[in-house]
Parts: sequence; C-alpha cells; structure tokens
Amino acid sequence: MEITTLHYLVVAAALFIIGTIGVLTRRNVVIILMSIELILNAVNLNLVAFSRLYGLHGQVFSIFVITDAAAEAAVGLGILIAFFRNKETVNADEIDLLKF
Amino acid sequence: MPLQELTPVATPYFFYGLSAVAVLSAIGVIMRRNPVHSAISLIFTLLSLAGLYLMLYAPFVAGVQIILYVGGIVVLFLFVIMLINIERMQREYQFNKQWLVGLLAAAVLGVLFVAVYVKGQSIFPQHAVRFPEQLNTQQVGKMLYVDYLLPFEIASLLLLVAIVGAVVMAKKRI
Repeated sequence: MEITTLHYLVVAAALFIIGTIGVLTRRNVVIILMSIELILNAVNLNLVAFSRLYGLHGQVFSIFVITDAAAEAAVGLGILIAFFRNKETVNADEIDLLKF
Repeated sequence: MPLQELTPVATPYFFYGLSAVAVLSAIGVIMRRNPVHSAISLIFTLLSLAGLYLMLYAPFVAGVQIILYVGGIVVLFLFVIMLINIERMQREYQFNKQWLVGLLAAAVLGVLFVAVYVKGQSIFPQHAVRFPEQLNTQQVGKMLYVDYLLPFEIASLLLLVAIVGAVVMAKKRI
C-alpha cells in the first residue's frame, strides 16, 4: 500500500495524543516539559508532511518551531531550577504557593 | 545542476518501522519512572522523526532536528535532571490526582482526530506528489533570507531573550 500524506498525519496525531496524556497525567515537571516537546514534534511532522505537497513553506516554519522549542525548554528548565532551589521538589502538585 | 531522479525503495517498511519506533518511544517517555530513561526514549523518538523527515524529502529539517533537538535540547534536559535530586523522585507515585480526567480528555481528542481524518478523506490528496530531486538546503536557505527575513530576525531576538531569561532564572543572586 502506498504511503500517502494521511499516514504521516495519523502518526503525528498519535504523537500529539501521547504528549497530551503526558502533560495531563504526570507529576514530574521535567516529564511534563518533555511531553510538550513531543507535542511540538507532532506539529513539526504535520508541517513537513504537508510541505511535501504544497511547497517549502512548511519546512521553513518547522525550523522556526524547533527554534522556539529550544527557547521555551531553556526558560522552562530555568524556572524549574529556580523553584527547586526554594522548595526541593519537582512535582507539579506540590508547587502550590504563590508567595512564600 | 540537475540531479538524477532516484526511486525510493522499501518505503512501507521504512515508514512503518520508523513510525513504530517513534510511537513506542513516545509511550516510553510518558510512562518511565526514571527521568533519564524518559530522556533517552525522547532521543529515540526524535531520531526516528528525523528519519521520517528524510522520507519526506526534507533533509535540511532532518539535520536541524538532530543537531538542535537531540544535540541541544535533550542534552539540556539531561543536565537539569543531573542537577536535581533523582533518587527520591523515583520512589514517589508518578501520576497525579486527575489522571483519569486527563486520560478522558486525550481520548476525546483522539476521537476528534479520527472523525476529522475519516470525514475529511476527500481533501487529503491520495497519492504523494513526486517532485524531482532539487537542492533542498539551498532553497530553504534562500526562503529563510528572502521570504521569511523578518521572522528570522525576530527568532534571533527571541533566542536572546530566552538566554537572558534563563541565566537570570538560574542565578543564585541577581
């Protein structure tokens, strides 16, 4: 069976759903950030799959998405380190104080 | 300079193999107790996605994915995992209190995707358009500097802001 665009979209949808489950159900903030990276990669796969049909704009946009994912991961991990220095926990449900 | 057109071989095997590795590693990312195992599973997912980009005739994006994502972002994750205390993390309960609601929400999202793909079959082209082999990197580079120059400069500004923000966040005394 020939591999059409729809096959790639289904794989991207599966990765998106798995990333969403990771964001919604895990307690560890590092795992949540990694699940967000999974979601961004699913979107990238969609963009590149459609760029095969409609021109190179999808690939250029996916490069920007990768750049933004790097910036977001850096800032998110910086926030995590700053919080860990205060409270010694990385569980999302123990981070519940707005001000000490 | 015109390149010869090469016909792809064994495409379904590569596609199903790479997709299986990607999805199974993604499940490994969200299910493992040890965060280092999750990071290694994420590396497998990203590498198999780079293989899928190569199958989609996007070698530049595949190279950028390997260099930036695997070589930059996941390494950053591993550094941070090394900085925080892992031993206690592994023995605690891994899933939060609203895991059932989260699972239901993701299931509804899955049903939505299936409905979109089944009902909208007519708008997805059924056969892949075959482009002749061209100089992908050169064209992507030209597009970045000609059509998308403003987003390019704004992305560099965004990276500057992210660097300054991350350094300020992680310092002990500002």
